Order: sequence, then C-alpha cells, then structure tokens
Amino acid sequence: MRAQFVLSEIGVGLRRNLTMTFAVVVSVALSLALFGGSLLMSDQVSTMKGYWYDKVNVSVFLCNKSDAESDPNCAKGAVTSDQKKQILADLDKMTSVVQKVTYESQDEAYKHYKEQFGDSPLASSLTPDQMQESYRIKLKDPEKYQVIATAFDGRDGVQSVQDQKGILDNLFGLLNGMNWAARAVMALMLVVALMLIVNTVRVSAFSRRRETGIMRLVGASGFYIQAPFIMEAAVAGLIGGTVACGFLVVARYFIIDHGLALSQKLNLINFIGWDAVLTKLPLILATSLLMPALAAFFALRKYLKV
Amino acid sequence: MIRFDNVSKVYPKQTRPALRDVSLEVEKGEFVFLVGSSGSGKSTFLRLVLREERTTHGQVHVLGKDLARLSNWKVPQMRRQLGTVFQDFRLLPNKTVAENVAFAQEVIGKSPGEIRKSVPQVLDLVGLGGKEDRMPGELSGGEQQRVAIARAFVNRPKLLIADEPTGNLDPQTSVGIMKLLDRINRTGTTVLMATHDQNIVDQMRKRVIELEQGRLVRDQARGVYGYQH
Repeated sequence: MRAQFVLSEIGVGLRRNLTMTFAVVVSVALSLALFGGSLLMSDQVSTMKGYWYDKVNVSVFLCNKSDAESDPNCAKGAVTSDQKKQILADLDKMTSVVQKVTYESQDEAYKHYKEQFGDSPLASSLTPDQMQESYRIKLKDPEKYQVIATAFDGRDGVQSVQDQKGILDNLFGLLNGMNWAARAVMALMLVVALMLIVNTVRVSAFSRRRETGIMRLVGASGFYIQAPFIMEAAVAGLIGGTVACGFLVVARYFIIDHGLALSQKLNLINFIGWDAVLTKLPLILATSLLMPALAAFFALRKYLKV
Repeated sequence: MIRFDNVSKVYPKQTRPALRDVSLEVEKGEFVFLVGSSGSGKSTFLRLVLREERTTHGQVHVLGKDLARLSNWKVPQMRRQLGTVFQDFRLLPNKTVAENVAFAQEVIGKSPGEIRKSVPQVLDLVGLGGKEDRMPGELSGGEQQRVAIARAFVNRPKLLIADEPTGNLDPQTSVGIMKLLDRINRTGTTVLMATHDQNIVDQMRKRVIELEQGRLVRDQARGVYGYQH
C-alpha cells in the first residue's frame, strides 16, 4: 500500500467534513479531559487517605518525648511499657467491639509518613523519634468509635484517640460526588463523541461511495478501502486527545501550583504530583486514538460494503 | 472460466427466485452475450460471478474457484483477475483519464513505475492516446466508456464482465466499443457481456445465453438476439 495515497485520502476526507471533524475533536477532548480529571481525583483521594485509612477505624496515639513537653494530655511524660501493656490488655478484653488491633512503632510511623508526604518540606525535617507510637484498631462496627474514645481518652500515656474517618469522610464524600458527576458527564460526552464519529463516517462513506465502489470492483482489499476512513477518525480523535492532555496539564498547573495555588493555601494536604498527571497522558492519547478508530471500524461494517 | 451448477438465487423477502436451476459453462477465451428482458436475471447472474451475491442453491465456479468456499478476505484477490465495465461508466469525475485508469492499479498496490508504464499502453489500446490529461466530463460517452474499459483491462484480467456497456451510446459509437471488446477478446481474455442491443448481438454472431424469468432458455453458439422458438 502506498502511504502517500492513503494520507491524501485522509486529508481530503477531514477537510470535506470540517464542521463534523471539529465537533468530533471537541467532544473527544471534553470527554477525555473529564476522564483524566476523574482519574486524577481518585488519585488525589488515595493520596490523602494515607496508609491506615482503609485498614482501621480508630487510632490511639501514644505520648512520645516531645509530646510530654508540649501536650497537656501527656503531662505525665512519654508512654511507658507498662502503660502500653495495660492498653493492649484492655483492648483485647473488648472483644465485642474490637476486631483487630495493630501496633505501629515509631519507626513504622515514620516510614508510612514518608510514603505519604515524602516530598513535602515538613517530612524532611522529621526524625523517627518525633513520631508517635499508636494502636490502630479495626472495629466490628465502625459506628462504635465512642466506646474506644471513652475508654482511652485522657488515660495516662494516651495523647489522643482519633476517629480518622470522621475527620476525612465529609471531604472524601464531596470529592467522590464530584468524581461521579465528572464520570456521568464523561459518559454522556463519550456517547456524543461516538455518535458523531459514526455519523461522520457515514457521511464520509456516502460522499465517497463512487471511489469505494470502484475500489471494490478492481479488487482493493477491505483494509485498503477502510483504512482512510478509520485513520480519519483516529486522527480527529488524536487531536481531541491532545487537547484533553493540554487541559489536564493546564488544570493541574492553575489549580495546584499557580492561579488558585491550593498547594500554598492548603499546605497540610498532600497534593498529587506531576507524575500522576503525566502517567495519565499516554492512556488518554491511546484512548483518543483507538476509541474513534474502533467506532469507525464498526460504523463501516454497516455503511460501507466491502 | 465460469461454471454454474444448478444455481438458484432467491433474494431475501422475495418468493420468486431471480435465478432458477441454471447450469452452464463458459470456456477460456470465449465471447458470450447474456440476453433477456429486464428482470430476467441477467444482473443477478453477473452479481453472482462477481460474488457480490451468493447463491441460494448450487455452485458457482469462477476461474476454477468455488465462490461459496471463497472466504470474504480472499474476494478482492479474485476480483483482481476480473475486469468490469458498466452502462454508466463509473469514472471518477475529479480525476483525469490517466488518473482514473491508474486508480485501479494504485488501490491494489502496484508500484508507481509499473503504473507509469502500463497506463499509456492501455490508453493507446483503447484508442485514447493523447487524451491522458482530459477530464471525463470533457469526453463523449463513447470515449468515457473507453476509459472505463481501459481501467477494467489495465490489470490484464482473465475475464472481462460488461453490463450493458453500450446501453447509453448511439449505434455507431456502440460498434466502436464492440470492436474494442472483440480486440480484447482476441488477446485471450474471456468476455461476458449482458446486453439489450439486438443489432450488436446479431452482427457479432457469438455465443448467446438467454435468460427468461430466471431460467436458462437458450444457449446457442453463434446465435442471434431474437431467436424464435
């Protein structure tokens, strides 16, 4: 097959349907930008959840040496091994509510913290002995948090009892809601994009039925006849995909780094990095190339006899 | 070259068959007229040979291949050995004469060198030497049909199928086209031509196959059009 022949056919086809091509590009760009945005939102949520979020319901933080100086709950000094034994024994007795207890040492806490906040300036100044030891508790019924709180809050050696989900659930609920909304709009745009592609291919096949009829008669292979149509759709899709990638990069730049600059305003939250954005781009480009090509392929089975 | 064995064709949603139990054989190098009134099954016959349709019963062999067993992706290979000419020429209006002929070679992947060589050759053969760069719209009907024949013949098919090639042409021009088809036949190419043109069939005295309501009613060597029973 001669590439030049096929390329010129694609160019002619795209120009002939300029308005339709534009519509395909825009709808593919929007749907894939939303797709990427939704993926990044999920990434953001899991970045914020940290190591323990999905594994435990309640954390009992124990006093360390620096807490002993700064925190009134720890006025009696850092936790002792007797106190730890007592807490663990009490937890073990609460079999009706507690499902599983995990002890996190200072070193482990440091490791998990590094994993979550590795690149933040706060993390680099920390040392393991500034971390707190803790008991991470999985409850049989997550609502029974109060039982643990009343039993251990204010006890010697306990700095605080935290219901981690309580703090973050509202935020995650909001993000999840936004995520689902984004996905719904994306699905809708995707359907629009696919229908546009099918229609474009139909118009294209109709306006070139003379050529394709002759090609068929002289024995051009099915692939040879279909290739210009499929590549037309793929090229339009790829342009849309590139625009979508541009959207994502610009969006991250303006929301997190500059413009809205959330990373400065909400400096306790760990935001997704550029790597999260960049790893999504190949996926988006591949989708933008393959999805329209597939749609065109199936449309051709219906509208172009080979 | 072509063999029909008890071929019947019923189109979906139609009760009357378009072809009923047709058996015949066309040998290599023959010139065959296919005659019959409209609706007699001529077009169905040609469509079966081109494998645009499949038989309902019976077998069609073209160039030694059972078309029922030919998988879809091999059909293009088969069609490359056939040339087709139609009543309405089917030229591409925005391409020149030479480009129209070259198109038939480009789409089956012939090299530009080959195309540059064979296109002027075949245009000379059909008597259009010197008109390579004209557009189809500037040519007369007869000349346009010559372009179509050049395109059908440029890949040197073993079988040329012509569906009423003179249907849109005046008698004089038609004679010229028939002379051309005869010349192509003399190069060894089998020609199968469906026609309504009584004069042509009577003059050429070639084999005549007549269909009537889908049945083969006559197969006569050196026949005429209006055979009386």
